[in-house]
Formats: sequence, structure tokens, C-alpha cells
Amino acid sequence: MPQWLFAFLAALAIIGALGTILQRNLVHCVLGFALVLIDLGVLYMGLGAVTVGFLQIIVYVGAIMVLFLFVIWLLNIQADTGVRGGASLSLKLVGALAAAALAAELFVVFSHAPKLREVRTIAPAFGSVATLAHVLFSRYLIAFETTSLLLLAAIVGAVALARRLAGQSAEVAAMPSQPGSAARESRREVA
Amino acid sequence: MTPIIDYMALSALLFAIGAIGVLIRRNVIVMFLAIELMLNAVNLAFVALGRRIGSMDGQVIVFFVMTVAAAEAAVGLAIIISMFRNRETVNADELNLLRW
Amino acid sequence: MRRRAHTQRLLASDSGVTIELVIGAIKAVVIVLLVLGLTTLMLWFERKGSALIQDRIGANRADIFGLGKRLGMPNFGVINTVLADPIKMFTKEDFVPDGADRFLHGLAPFLALFPVIITFAVVPMGDILKIGKYEIDLQPANLNVAALYVLATIGIGVYGIALGGWASNNRWALLGGIRASAQMISYEIAMGLAIIAVVVTYGTLDLQQMCRAQGGVWFGFLPRWGILLQPVSFLLLLISGMAESKRVPFDLPEGESELVAGYFTEYSGGKQAVFMMTDFAEVLLVAVLITVFFFGGWQVPWLYRDGFHFPGGAAWLLPNIAVAILQFVAFWIKVIILSCLQILIRWTLPRLRYDQLMRLGWKGLVPLGLLNLVATAFVVVAAGGK
Repeated sequence: MPQWLFAFLAALAIIGALGTILQRNLVHCVLGFALVLIDLGVLYMGLGAVTVGFLQIIVYVGAIMVLFLFVIWLLNIQADTGVRGGASLSLKLVGALAAAALAAELFVVFSHAPKLREVRTIAPAFGSVATLAHVLFSRYLIAFETTSLLLLAAIVGAVALARRLAGQSAEVAAMPSQPGSAARESRREVA
Repeated sequence: MTPIIDYMALSALLFAIGAIGVLIRRNVIVMFLAIELMLNAVNLAFVALGRRIGSMDGQVIVFFVMTVAAAEAAVGLAIIISMFRNRETVNADELNLLRW
Repeated sequence: MRRRAHTQRLLASDSGVTIELVIGAIKAVVIVLLVLGLTTLMLWFERKGSALIQDRIGANRADIFGLGKRLGMPNFGVINTVLADPIKMFTKEDFVPDGADRFLHGLAPFLALFPVIITFAVVPMGDILKIGKYEIDLQPANLNVAALYVLATIGIGVYGIALGGWASNNRWALLGGIRASAQMISYEIAMGLAIIAVVVTYGTLDLQQMCRAQGGVWFGFLPRWGILLQPVSFLLLLISGMAESKRVPFDLPEGESELVAGYFTEYSGGKQAVFMMTDFAEVLLVAVLITVFFFGGWQVPWLYRDGFHFPGGAAWLLPNIAVAILQFVAFWIKVIILSCLQILIRWTLPRLRYDQLMRLGWKGLVPLGLLNLVATAFVVVAAGGK
């Protein structure tokens, strides 16, 4: 992939990631993350992993992020105080420093890592559905079957956990409240 | 192909941003999103390195990580739902029943 | 010397790339214009067709300076639909409700329209067209995982609807938006299963290959169309496609008599026009998918690359340009017929209640799709296919 395209996609991913962790409105956070996911999907396709790239978009963006949105709306979670409220300043400072140290350490480790043997030309079917399926069903068959069991367990677990037990009233007893008024309220509180 | 260090640098940066997100946000859902961000950063590293050595293993691992992340998101959100029903809050600081 | 030769080679390859880009751009523009134009045609058919079905006349007043009346022509409501209504919609006041999320309110209609239109990029409109020494594949983007691309873009289409409902600061809109997105993700599964069964039958994800594989005849005269191979998938795709585009009988999220207008209650003017366009573009998309998978795409019965070869033995050879035009026209005729079918179904059937809708999707279509997929897989392996 040409260098300018990679730079553009990388910048977009970083903007989306920063939006995810810095936005006050939860729905904006989810949308920022969806942007990062689509961006990464396109990067995977550029790296030859076409199937995995499309699966990322179908599964992550199309299903998991929608699940996040549904939970936010079901529980009627208001926009919270974001980064300004929340943890104490010292905790945030230490956290930021620790993450920066982590990033720096990772950079150093990666740049001094032993050079892997590079394969410049790959088969045209690299990353295609057929190749991925072939590898999945031959070398990784046991992992594949175990993953399907895991998914079944997750479905049953999620349904069992999210069930409304006898005696609990519905969350949305009142009507779903408005997205803007909560921000106005919280601003009034903080000020 | 863009040099591998570019992809690894992006992956490291996204991972660090996710780590910051977990540390400075108190809203459980945003923390969850930041954790997923870290997962995806690692996925990118896997795919890039798999491409570099010309092996399909990177993509297979990403396939499994994606599946497990989907399952984990479902169960995690179910836990958040039931916590919210009990305690009426999604602020991690207020979910402190197990604290001494 | 070497540098000049190198530059010459660069320029030569550059012009080759430029030609490719120009051809690709022309194909993309053609298909987008066609889609937008056919959307208007479908809108007209909906108004006049529904009027005929409901035993009324429909729109027949708008005229340009009384020309039609003076010429004595009956008014078919075309000017109404093509000129008057768009002008009205785009010049209406465009407001954002108080307290709503301005950015998302404005973004949502386009977020809903964009995935639908980009799906048309992988649609094959014809076989190859030979101009001079160029062989143009009549498909804007030649993707060899086109079926996955279609599934991905259909998945992204949920966002525009859900965000449109939420960003309106209106409880009915939010309710409509949540219902709509729940319905869409439920029927995506049935749609995916139908598409996968077709993929297993043809052994390829590429839409152009699937169309080509539907050429030829069985028993000397029956065209080898997909509906004869996968009738169950056809029904599944039709039903789940209509549910996906939230048309009656699945239009409870729009709930014209219940939820005001569902998720686009708070939209007026241009943004509502974009939502309406999304509705008809999805109708066209479902029609296009059904055509490509089950009705041979651009295949005309007994028409091969060099001309007609009728079952009796008679042949009528045609130049490549005529074959290409025939295939192109045939494709869009099939698409129009299937879109009209969907519109007729809309005005015939009553609306499904929401729990009936969900029950049909999860307990009816998904098991049916799975059974169909397993049966297809068995048959394909038994027949020795890939």
C-alpha cells in the first residue's frame, strides 16, 4: 500500500482512538471506535488479509458495536463527566505517564527486534477465503471447534446474566430521556 | 509494502492509547471500549507480522481473537447490564461492594 | 539513454493506468446515475401503482405551464414525482430539533445512504465489452470476495438508522430507531445464510463468476438460472431483503400509523429525501442481488458471447457491442421487474407486529436457512463439486 495511504489511515486510526477515550458522550465514543475498526479492517485488506479484513467489518463494526449501542440505549446511560471529572488528577497524570512509558518501551523493543526473514512476494491466494478455510480446518481444527463451544457458552451466559430477575422493574420506567438535556444538567452541576 | 516498523509503531500507539483510556476514564463502558482497542492493536501487529513472514498463522490467530472478543463483549455487556440494574451506576468508582 | 528509456516506460505504464482509471470512473458514474435514476422511477411506480391498487388516481396535477393539458395528454404524475416533489423536499426548511445532537442528526441520513450505494460497486452489469483492443469487464469493481463485501456494507447500514433515531431527541424516534436496528441485524443473519448457500452452490464469492456460471442450458433449452438450483434461498433472500429494507410487511419501525414516522420523525426537507432515497435504493439493491444470484444476472436465455444459439439449432450471430447492450438492458429489466414485485407486495400485505416479525426472523428464517445450507453442502459434495 502506498505510503501516503498508510499515513492517512494511521492518522485516522489515532484520531478515532483518541476520540474513543476522550469523548464525553458515550455514543460518540462508540462511533469513534467504529471508525478505528473500519480503518483497521482496511489496513488488514492492504496487508493481504482480505477475508479477515471483511470479517472485522462484518463482526466487529456490524455486530459488536451495535451491541454496545443497544446496551447504552437500553440502560439509558447519560453522558458522563468524561475525563474532566472521574479519577483524581494525580491518578490521571500517573496513568498518562505510564502509558507513554509503555509506548516508548514498545517502540524501542520493536526497533531493536531481530529482523524477520521478509517474504516480498506472496501467493495471490494469500488471505483468501479458501486459504484461510483450508488452514482453519486442517491445522487449527481443534481450536475452531473449541471456539464454537466457547461462543455457545457465551450466548447462554449473556442471556442468563442479562435476564431480568423477578422483582426487578424495567430500567426505562420513564420514557427514554433526551441526549442533550443530561449534558446540560451535568454542566449545571459541575459549574 | 510499507516497512513493518510502521505497522508496529501504529499498533504500539493504539495499544498505549487504549491503556490510557482504561486508566483515566471511570465509565465502565468506555473502559471496555479501551480494552477492545488494545485487542485490536494486537490484532494489527499479528496481521502485519504474518504478512511479513508470509504465513497464514497471523490471520488465523486474528480470526480466533476476533471470535473470542465477540464472546467476551457479549458477556461483559451482560455483566454491565446486571450491575446497572443492581447499583444504578456505571461508574467504576461506585461499584465498590467488594472493597474492604 | 537509460533514463530516457526508463521515463518512456513510466509514461507508457502511466497512460495504461490512466485509461484504467478513466474506464473505472466511467463505470462508477454510470452505475450511480442509473441507481439514482431508477430510484426515481421506483418512486413514481410506487405512487401510481399504489393508486391503481387502491382504486384511486394518485398524483396527476403538477404540470409545466399547462403544457400537458394543452396537448391533451393524460397526466401520469411524472412531473409530480420527478420535478415537483424533489424541488419541494430540497427547499423545505431544514431544522435540527432542540437538544438534539447536531452533528449526528446531519450525518445519519448520509450514513444510511452511503453503504447502500457503495454496494452497487460490485454489481456486474454485463459480460465483457470490447472497444478497440480493450476488454472492459462491465463491473465497476472486480472484487473476488464480492459476496463478503455485500454482507459487510449491509451490516454498516444499521448505523444510519440507529443514529438517526437517537440523534433526534425524540422518544418515538428513538424507539423506532432501536426497533429498526434490531430488525435489521436479525434479518441480516437470514440474508447471510441465503447468500452463503448460493456461494456454496457456485463455489465462488465473485458475483461476475456467478453470473457467468449461469449461462448455458440444461436439457437443451432450460436456462441455467440459479432459482432452479436454490429456490429456498430465493425465498429467504426475498423475505429477508424486504425486512432488511424495512418495507411493508416489515415496516413497523417506520410505523406510519403508530410511531408517527418512526426513526425519521424529526427529519424534514433534504435529509428526509435522503432517507427516502435510501429506502428505494435498498429495494433496488435487493432486486439486484436476487437478479445476480437467482435470475442469471445479465444472462439472456440462449444468448452467448457471439450471439444467439436457439434450442432448435438456429443461430443468430451478433457483434460484441450488440451482445453487451442486450445483456445490460436485460439486467436492468430484471431488476426493475423485481423491484416492482417488492412494491406490489408492499401494497398488498398488512404489517407484521413486532414480535411476529422477530419470531419469523429468528425461529423461522434462520433455521430454514441453516437447513438449506446443510442440504446444499451435502448435495454439492455428493455431486463432486468444490
